[in-house]
Amino acid sequence: MSEQMTASVDVDLSQPSILSRRSPWRPLLLLGGLVVLVMLPYWIYPPVAMDILCWGLFAISVDLLLGFTGLLSFGHAAFWGGSAYATGLIATTWGVPFPVAVLGGAAFAMLIAVPIGFLSVRRTGIYFAMVTLAFAQMLYFIANQARDLTGGENGLQGIPRSFFGIEAIEQDSFYFYYAGAALILVGIIIAWRVVNSPFGRVITAVRDNPARARALGYDVERYKIGAFVISAGLAGLAGGVFAISHGFASLQELVWTTSGKVVLVTVLGGIGTLWGGLVGAGVVVTLEDSLASSGFEGIGMITGAIFVVIVLLFRHGIWGTGRDLVRRWVIDRRSRPRG
Amino acid sequence: MSEFIQYTLQGLAAGGFYALSALGLAVIFGVLGVVNFSHGACYMLGAVISAVLLAELDLGFWPALLIVPVVMFCFGVLMERLLVRWLLALDPLYNFLLTFGLTLVLVEAVKMRYGVSGLPYEVPAGLGGQVTLGSVSLSTYAIFACVFSVVVCVAVGLLITRTRIGMIVRAATEAPERTRALGINVGRWVTPVFGFGIALAGLAGVLAAPTRAITAEMGSNFIIILFAVVVIGGLGSILGAVVAGFLVGLVEAYGIAYAPAYAQIVIFVMMALVVLVRPSGLFGREEIA
Repeated sequence: MSEQMTASVDVDLSQPSILSRRSPWRPLLLLGGLVVLVMLPYWIYPPVAMDILCWGLFAISVDLLLGFTGLLSFGHAAFWGGSAYATGLIATTWGVPFPVAVLGGAAFAMLIAVPIGFLSVRRTGIYFAMVTLAFAQMLYFIANQARDLTGGENGLQGIPRSFFGIEAIEQDSFYFYYAGAALILVGIIIAWRVVNSPFGRVITAVRDNPARARALGYDVERYKIGAFVISAGLAGLAGGVFAISHGFASLQELVWTTSGKVVLVTVLGGIGTLWGGLVGAGVVVTLEDSLASSGFEGIGMITGAIFVVIVLLFRHGIWGTGRDLVRRWVIDRRSRPRG
Repeated sequence: MSEFIQYTLQGLAAGGFYALSALGLAVIFGVLGVVNFSHGACYMLGAVISAVLLAELDLGFWPALLIVPVVMFCFGVLMERLLVRWLLALDPLYNFLLTFGLTLVLVEAVKMRYGVSGLPYEVPAGLGGQVTLGSVSLSTYAIFACVFSVVVCVAVGLLITRTRIGMIVRAATEAPERTRALGINVGRWVTPVFGFGIALAGLAGVLAAPTRAITAEMGSNFIIILFAVVVIGGLGSILGAVVAGFLVGLVEAYGIAYAPAYAQIVIFVMMALVVLVRPSGLFGREEIA
């Protein structure tokens, strides 16, 4: 294979990333990101802003596996949708504040990720994608059969959005956005910490050279399962907030096109960039929203065509391409003779 | 007991159909190393084209059985030349994603043109009846479809193992460099093999047209069952695809008969067991990790 899926991460260590600790850009970029996060519901319809963040974290969870562990999961809808249902059931049954329900949903996603991960990591590459896809489909059929629990094709309706009796957040989707965004932010920080931790170094080593990582004494399968479960938990966090935000959970959340869509968002944002997921989600969610409100029916045609074009021509994604441009510019400037 | 035989026969009939559909997937993977996600969409196109042939040109099942594979072959050739070719040198996951995107486009395009309700089609004349043997009965068409599938699978198997073309294709799969060194233009064989695999998907679509609902979504769940079939059989193994196809057909038939709520789930449980016990599939080669 001349180009690996994760080729965009061939980091040149002599060039510090613009997000590295010493870079003057870092506080600026982080501040900019924070401003966008805060201002988003002023600029666009707040529920759409919430969708962007949910899909963004969902894509980050996929990137954690694809970009940093080298595993393409085509069944992440299982964790997103599984958590959406679990969150909904917890919130409806016990009426707990929604962050508790969402955490419960994420825990459920991690729970089902253990057996799925255990079986799936026995294969790599394309097989891993197919096996995870099949397990997600299995969960879809189970949810479809268990009508008493999941409501079958109607889904779970009327999931309450209770938050310690604070009415502004419970009623107004503008204020709810900030409560939800806090949860998503926690997820993003977890992903960032995981990638930059010793654990993150090991999974990157597993991605780049599993045989060498094994020879160094790391239990490759266990690290893969670990990354898989963490990723599932983040997808579950995103799915739970999504379910609370919409007030329902449906089979749509579990179907394989959802797994595909999140991979699209990840690739569009840039594989192995982590932040790209948020950018990709911003593009895809706003595009779908504007297409849907303009009454166009063939949304799948547009997203499918985008997918084909990115995979053919634009494999580094938005964030990856931008980063490459900045790097080239920085290198150009440094190599220019002074004076 | 007669019930059990009945279900077994039904399972074998469905299995032949799965085997034929998975065959194209296995052939394409074997030669190009591409997992064609759009196989389900191509199967759907095969069925839709037969329905359109009937409605617009009044061409029935038998002409469709010839025309559709030819049309789908051309479609496959175009797909390989225009899209798949450019990603062959990269990680196979890219082509998986490419064909996934293509699936969305095809399904949505058919949905926009023909709506979501099923297109009409009929069982061809002469195959409409039932064959009854003692207490066991099966529709004539199911028997025909199964026998036809088996004949095609055997023919493809012979083509690949016994003919010169098959020998070249196998050599190109196993050692492309050495095959090239022996003076064979490997690149020339890639496109027709891809088209051939797509044609097989189209053929399965024609066979499905008389008995299944012809909708844009008919391939959507089907492709995932096909993935389960090739994972069980071992991806790239033609024998594996055929054996696993029948196995899945049988398991599904028993599931529908004895535990209807779990019929779909049983297939994936079987896949999980195979992955657990023999990760490379029943007939797959061990991969080097």
